[in-house]
Amino acid sequence: MLSHLRTLWAVFTHTVARRETLLYPEEKLKLPARYRGRIILSRDPDGAERCVACNLCAVACPVDCIALQKTEDETGRWYPEWFRINFSRCIYCGLCEEACPTYAIQLTPDVEQSEYQRHNMVYEKEDLLIDGTGKYHDYNFYRVAGMAVGGKDKGEAEDERPPIDVRSLLP
Amino acid sequence: MTTAIWLHIANVFGILIAVVGASALLTWIERRMLGLWQDRYGPNRAGPFGILQVLADMLKLFAKDDWTPPFADRAVFIIAPAIIMVVILLAFAVIPITPAIGIVDMNIGLLFFLAMTSLSVYSVVLGGWASNNKYSLLGGLRSAAQMISYEVFMALALAGVVMLTGTFNLREIVNAQSGLWFVVPQFFGFLVFSIAGIAEAHRLPFDLPEAENELIAGYHTEYSGMKFGMFFVGEYASIILISAMIVVLFFGGWHGPWLPPIVWFLIKLTFFVGLFILLRAALPRPRYDQLMAYGWKFMLPLALLNLVVTGAVTLAFFNG
Repeated sequence: MLSHLRTLWAVFTHTVARRETLLYPEEKLKLPARYRGRIILSRDPDGAERCVACNLCAVACPVDCIALQKTEDETGRWYPEWFRINFSRCIYCGLCEEACPTYAIQLTPDVEQSEYQRHNMVYEKEDLLIDGTGKYHDYNFYRVAGMAVGGKDKGEAEDERPPIDVRSLLP
Repeated sequence: MTTAIWLHIANVFGILIAVVGASALLTWIERRMLGLWQDRYGPNRAGPFGILQVLADMLKLFAKDDWTPPFADRAVFIIAPAIIMVVILLAFAVIPITPAIGIVDMNIGLLFFLAMTSLSVYSVVLGGWASNNKYSLLGGLRSAAQMISYEVFMALALAGVVMLTGTFNLREIVNAQSGLWFVVPQFFGFLVFSIAGIAEAHRLPFDLPEAENELIAGYHTEYSGMKFGMFFVGEYASIILISAMIVVLFFGGWHGPWLPPIVWFLIKLTFFVGLFILLRAALPRPRYDQLMAYGWKFMLPLALLNLVVTGAVTLAFFNG
């Protein structure tokens, strides 16, 4: 009986306790920077697209919500002709981000993606591509990769030695 | 003459509308208060502070399919939810709210109240029986057993008050408390009556007929739409009824300094309704056998002891 009264009092003291509920649409969510939300395509520090259309994200995706088509520009640099993510299928697992060799595809802490029409959940490349670098500010794939593209030959990347002439015996 | 009749009609409909309106409002107040005590908000979206939630719920209930299961006992199934509303509202007739407000001044008011609350059990039992569903039946069964055991000492607890005043008239009982509220000389009577009253209104912690987590919804499992709404509003009306009876019998009804009588009555009423909600927020539901054991082995002897001591004291000091 006494413990019941004690319980009643303990609950009554919660009259002045702070409420835990977040009044969501008025109060914004505070999601951590690495939260897995809406997917974006980032650009490198020079402002060019990071995506090299390698298709690894599409392969990694467990629900097959990513589709893209590779094409090349005149300098030999690969980029996606179109890039499509169907967010009504996406499970926000982040495997595409892990698979991406160029940090192009990234998940952002934005979860407010409600739509009235299901087809509005299909994002095209123009919807996905952002102007910034996302989470990795200094990374530029072509600047560190050994691939020859327009304006940069083999051996000219950062921390890369000139290619060895395998036909010569000179050191 | 005609003014008196009009006044009486105003009284009747005023109390009717106030009670039904307050019961409906209480569904929202309870959810807000439970939210407050459980550190959340409760319904706060519809209208200012969410008060239009009542309207939304009502519209929803009216719009729902008023389904009578084919295996149910039709006539009884339909009558059952009406019984609780009718008897609880009838019981309000005898409650004296202020010297001017109150419907009938019966010299057997207390007995009338007990009779009406006893009849309210039929609603639950018949609802459980007519649904032809084992969970409903279990709920009805529990309700019957609970009412029988708790009704006994509910009446016995009130016998102390009757002994002190020598009347069943609620108005005279209130007037007898102008000096000292009966909660002081009849503290155990108050205790027993309020516990029995909670059981009577089948509110937590004594809501075994409903017991959401073991009997789905107990006796009203098969009910939907406004039939379910009747049970629901009836339950809240009985909370108000029991609170009003506690105020009238033990806390001096409308008596109180400075403020007008109606304000005092409402303050006390609100306090006890709040206590009902706090009980729901705080206490777990006992097992069925614990409930029975608690009733017969603890509350009944306490009520009898209270009766004997009150009788002895009355006889010794006041001599009839």
